[in-house]
Amino acid sequence: MAHDTHKLEIFRGLLKFKSNEQKIWGVLIFLSIVTTVEVVLGIYKPEFLNAKIIGMKALNWIFIILTLVKAYYIAWDFMHLRDEKSSFRWSIVLPLLILIPYLTFILLVEGSYIYDVMKTGLLSWDF
Amino acid sequence: MEATVNSTENKNKIWNGGNKPLDASYGKMMMWFFIISDALTFSGFLVAYGFSRYKFIESWPIADEVFTHFPFAHGKELPMIYVALMTFILIMSSVTMVLAVDAGHKMQKTKVAWYMLLTIIGGAMFVGSQAWEWNTFIKGEYGALETRGGRILQFLDKDTGKRVAISEFAKDLHGERTTHARKDGIWFTSEKALPAYTVQEVVAGFEAHHNIVVRTEFLDEEGKKTVLSRAASAEKLKDAVLVVEGANLVRNEYGNRLFADFFFFITGFHGFHVFSGVLINLIIFFNVIIGTYEKRGHYEMVEKVGLYWHFVDLVWVFVFTFFYLV
Repeated sequence: MAHDTHKLEIFRGLLKFKSNEQKIWGVLIFLSIVTTVEVVLGIYKPEFLNAKIIGMKALNWIFIILTLVKAYYIAWDFMHLRDEKSSFRWSIVLPLLILIPYLTFILLVEGSYIYDVMKTGLLSWDF
Repeated sequence: MEATVNSTENKNKIWNGGNKPLDASYGKMMMWFFIISDALTFSGFLVAYGFSRYKFIESWPIADEVFTHFPFAHGKELPMIYVALMTFILIMSSVTMVLAVDAGHKMQKTKVAWYMLLTIIGGAMFVGSQAWEWNTFIKGEYGALETRGGRILQFLDKDTGKRVAISEFAKDLHGERTTHARKDGIWFTSEKALPAYTVQEVVAGFEAHHNIVVRTEFLDEEGKKTVLSRAASAEKLKDAVLVVEGANLVRNEYGNRLFADFFFFITGFHGFHVFSGVLINLIIFFNVIIGTYEKRGHYEMVEKVGLYWHFVDLVWVFVFTFFYLV
């Protein structure tokens, strides 16, 4: 990475920093806010967020989305993927984006299948 | 390490060799590829956790109720605060690491050294916090009984709805049962340390205190653990065979056995990464001080360990969500 080639905008250009150092502090503040929101939601667990969306609580979806947001800013700004060539960026991110959701989908479906079998099967698992 | 492009026709074809098509040095690229494979290892762990949790979806322990401790705040229930603090320490040390990398680009040796030092301190603080967390988790607080089927029975005060430790109500029956050691009998048999109370003592204490009821592992409609009535509790206690205090790899007082196993493996594997990250950072820190990179003309090594360090932070973000929040 050559000098002075930092991309200094985050939020799609909504926020533009004067120097790389400033951008780092800006991202830190953003990550801290997101973490605080997560912790507050985790402690109070608002009742209305217990509604299920696609088999999972709305609250859990919020946690997962916020985590992915945090991961994006850590990878893009702290690990400065934003400043890399886009071919390099995608060769790193794409394998993970394809393989991890794939594995997650398979194993979670399998897990709930086993739960059903144990629940409705003829064996007693709690004796 | 600039490669020379020796013919004019190569200039237009970036994949024909002689230059860096991805604009990244060999070392940095290899660090990234290592990170990808390590990310897949961690996702394997976390997805396995998800698998087991879905398999035991109706009886999985609630993390909020397990991790409620904070140093110097005895007896207070402070779910999540301690882990949030750990997360913040790690993000902070990530920030000092980026600042070190940034200073490295500008060739400011002293600044790099100071920021590296701060990063190392942050990492050491995180590992220390994790040691405390493990210690609290292994010791346990309330204790519980285990049934023949391997299910955990915890105790609750019927009037206040609060958890009760077995040491608070178990009746001392003056039993003479001592831990069997190798020196006392047949030399090739021995046993682990006995729990402070026997099942009979706990049951006798239960009968003497009329406000104590049993809480099972099972979650009700609202996602809370099922609390049994006094009569049902007495019935359930007949199945109890073991007193469980704290946690190990075989059983734990918090609920499903796999819960403690995954806790030890996932946070342990992550803690091991942080620990080795601190060691690598130390090596780089000394190299910065003796001026290795100043002589080399660039601070790319700092950038490479920086990538590893941020990755450790990134993994923690996911562990935090899937182990403590969801």
